[in-house]
Amino acid sequence: MSGDAPDSRPATDGGSASDTGAPGADSRPAPSEQPAPEERDHPEGRRNLEGIRIDPVVEAEHESRRAVISALVEDEPGVLARVSGLVSRRQFNIESLTVGPTTVDGHSRITMVVEETDPGIDQIEKQMAKLKPVISVGEVAGDAVTSELVLLKVEADDPAAVHAVSEMYDGRTVDAGPETITVELTGDNASIDNAIGAFERFGIVEIARTGPTALARGNTPTAPGEKPGTAGEPTTHDD
Amino acid sequence: MSDTAAQPREDDAEDGDDPTAADADDPVDTDGPAAGSVSTGAESVVAALEAAGAQTAFGVQGGAIMPVYDALYDSSIRHVTMAHEQGASHAADAYGVVAGEPGLCLATSGPGATNLVTGIADADMDSDAMLALTGQVPTEFVGNDAFQETDTVGVTRPITKHNYFANGADSVGDTVGEAFELSRAGRPGPTLVDLPKDVTQAETDETPGPATPPAGTDPDPTADADAVEEAARAIEAAERPVCLFGGGVIKADASDAARTFARTYGIPVTTTMPGIGSFPEDDDLCLSWAGMHGTGYANMAITHTDCLIAVGTRFDDRLTGGIDTFAPEAEVVHVDIDPAEISKNVHADYPLIGDAGRVLDQLTAAVREAPDAEAWRERCAEWKETYPLTYATPDDEPLKPQFVVEAFDEATDDDTIVTTGVGQHQMWASQYWTYSEPRTWVSSHGLGTMGYGVPAAVGARVAADTMGEQDRDVVCFDGDGSFLMTMQELSVAVREDLDITIAVLNNEYIGMVRQWQDAFYEGRHMASDYTWMPEFDKLAEAFGALGLRVDDYDEVAPAVEEGLDYDGPAVIDFHVDPEENVLPMVPSGGANGKFATAEDQL
Repeated sequence: MSGDAPDSRPATDGGSASDTGAPGADSRPAPSEQPAPEERDHPEGRRNLEGIRIDPVVEAEHESRRAVISALVEDEPGVLARVSGLVSRRQFNIESLTVGPTTVDGHSRITMVVEETDPGIDQIEKQMAKLKPVISVGEVAGDAVTSELVLLKVEADDPAAVHAVSEMYDGRTVDAGPETITVELTGDNASIDNAIGAFERFGIVEIARTGPTALARGNTPTAPGEKPGTAGEPTTHDD
Repeated sequence: MSDTAAQPREDDAEDGDDPTAADADDPVDTDGPAAGSVSTGAESVVAALEAAGAQTAFGVQGGAIMPVYDALYDSSIRHVTMAHEQGASHAADAYGVVAGEPGLCLATSGPGATNLVTGIADADMDSDAMLALTGQVPTEFVGNDAFQETDTVGVTRPITKHNYFANGADSVGDTVGEAFELSRAGRPGPTLVDLPKDVTQAETDETPGPATPPAGTDPDPTADADAVEEAARAIEAAERPVCLFGGGVIKADASDAARTFARTYGIPVTTTMPGIGSFPEDDDLCLSWAGMHGTGYANMAITHTDCLIAVGTRFDDRLTGGIDTFAPEAEVVHVDIDPAEISKNVHADYPLIGDAGRVLDQLTAAVREAPDAEAWRERCAEWKETYPLTYATPDDEPLKPQFVVEAFDEATDDDTIVTTGVGQHQMWASQYWTYSEPRTWVSSHGLGTMGYGVPAAVGARVAADTMGEQDRDVVCFDGDGSFLMTMQELSVAVREDLDITIAVLNNEYIGMVRQWQDAFYEGRHMASDYTWMPEFDKLAEAFGALGLRVDDYDEVAPAVEEGLDYDGPAVIDFHVDPEENVLPMVPSGGANGKFATAEDQL
């Protein structure tokens, strides 16, 4: 931009802005005369990727962690698409998602296991809460009861050994044939992983896992605001 | 997207085993819905809209939406037929921005609905209240890939606050009423109701009840009192406080509260682009808008502040630049109605969840003494002196686009509504026009939709006329590229005799791309050269509008005057300097405080 040229605009009758725009018309500095970026003061501070102010010397990033999120939702068409679309659209790191009915007609519970930083978990909860069919959502406390069901099909070369391993992990044989044996396992994440490791030596043909589902312990509600049910009285919710 | 080919197909369907076939034998009820009584799903839809206060709809007819249009025949709602459904959604969006009411647009199924999508996404990104009603194939055909069938609910799910598939004539009116109210409840945004033809055609006598938003979607407007007190202490202690007023201030009609707060405590004000007009740009405290092409002084202030009072903004990347260098020494007070915006992009030290106006009033009451910011205000004033928005007008270069914007600003009143497309012209329209009132700046911010300007001018004009403000001017600044995308809506402006003036800042480039190619792609002008543009003045005449062409400075003022005086749509094709760049500029992801004032700094 040749900023030094004089204002050559003719005087205009109707809409002249000649007293503001051009550097030639006033004493204000033209863009080329204004201090360049490196000539300006710049603050020392910094923010991290999550927009949190940080000490530039000891830059601390949030570690991601595994969290179980439980949501009480209205069981209406498309609710799962809304939740899964949100998770993928916002690039939330999700390990598993299970859904099933609750004691209240028309309500379902969605349990998600996510791997995110604390701000990321916060975002998932807040964005989920904005979905109209989501009644309530929150992270299930760390000591929650979580359990997953696994169907595991192994080669049946040594049925007795398979049976022994299965017993060791409280498994149940649900199908046994000349070629394969299918075992049902339930448990928390760690015990399932251990069991699968133990079965590997037989040759795992196929595996199907539901992903964990979870309930809070004791009288703590699993989803915020959820009122515990009693005998003959199903759980309810404020909404 | 009315397609006559649809009709034989549709008729066949209805003469067959369509459950609604019986309705076809009944004479159409031409009396329309009497107050409080309806006879079909479609009449219930219209009754719900009327009861919710809808006055205007923008749309395009078509097979699957015909029952609703038939019910509109006798309605008090004014329907403006648009040339293209995208125009309908932008016009409805702009109407809503100007009127402060949800905009309303209609389209048929399939291509009608998909053509609405850009405008719905635009409204979603800018949190504009809008209801879209789309026709759908009869319920029993859904999922069969029927003629003009699209999974509209699926397509629009990620770009609406919520969308609905109407599942019965008895409830469809209530659903539409709920969707209308939801669009403006809490943080505004678009909603959609997909209306299968059998639902709108079916008989019902269920009159829709009073419309309310769904439970839990209309949040408490008042922020937690303790949190307000804590924020107030931080503001009192600040040495370099800055307000950042976003679009939420305008949506909440909180401009007065914002002005009171900033002036009471002498806090300099920056705005976001959608926040333009929330605070008068000619006020001494105002530093105009911050961000990629914001003023140097606004960007200096938000970079050096130690207390950023951000209201109704979602900290878009075009505002923040690189997050690492955004207001890096500021404690952030963040006021927003949407809790999910708190600490989404920028950590909020003092989150205040509530309505912008209500929380600003709370803050005004809670702050006991103004922060000691005299030195800071002086520093801001110095930045204003040091980094003014200026441009040169040398003899040997063509007409400068900024001059055209200033000429229009000079020639019009403060209440003039400006609409724009997207690109360089949009930036000049926001930089070189001095905005002082809310709802006068109508643009596509978050989505950056080229082609928004002309249909938005139609919507804005209709809104102003509906409000009895026929004297307000509506000026659309458009680029040549943007204009070519939606100029068919000029036919609507001519048909409806809408008094709008369209200023095409024609640089025969898709200019912002050309500017980036020069800065970041070694000047390789791939697909940005638009020398093949038609003569817009002649094209305007062909539409029945006034068409003018301007090449030189001395033609500007007379053309501006003629365009504004013309009673109807006018198009002025300003042939401006193709080499002119938008400055200052913060390169994408860069530090706001390191904005470039010249090309060689990029």
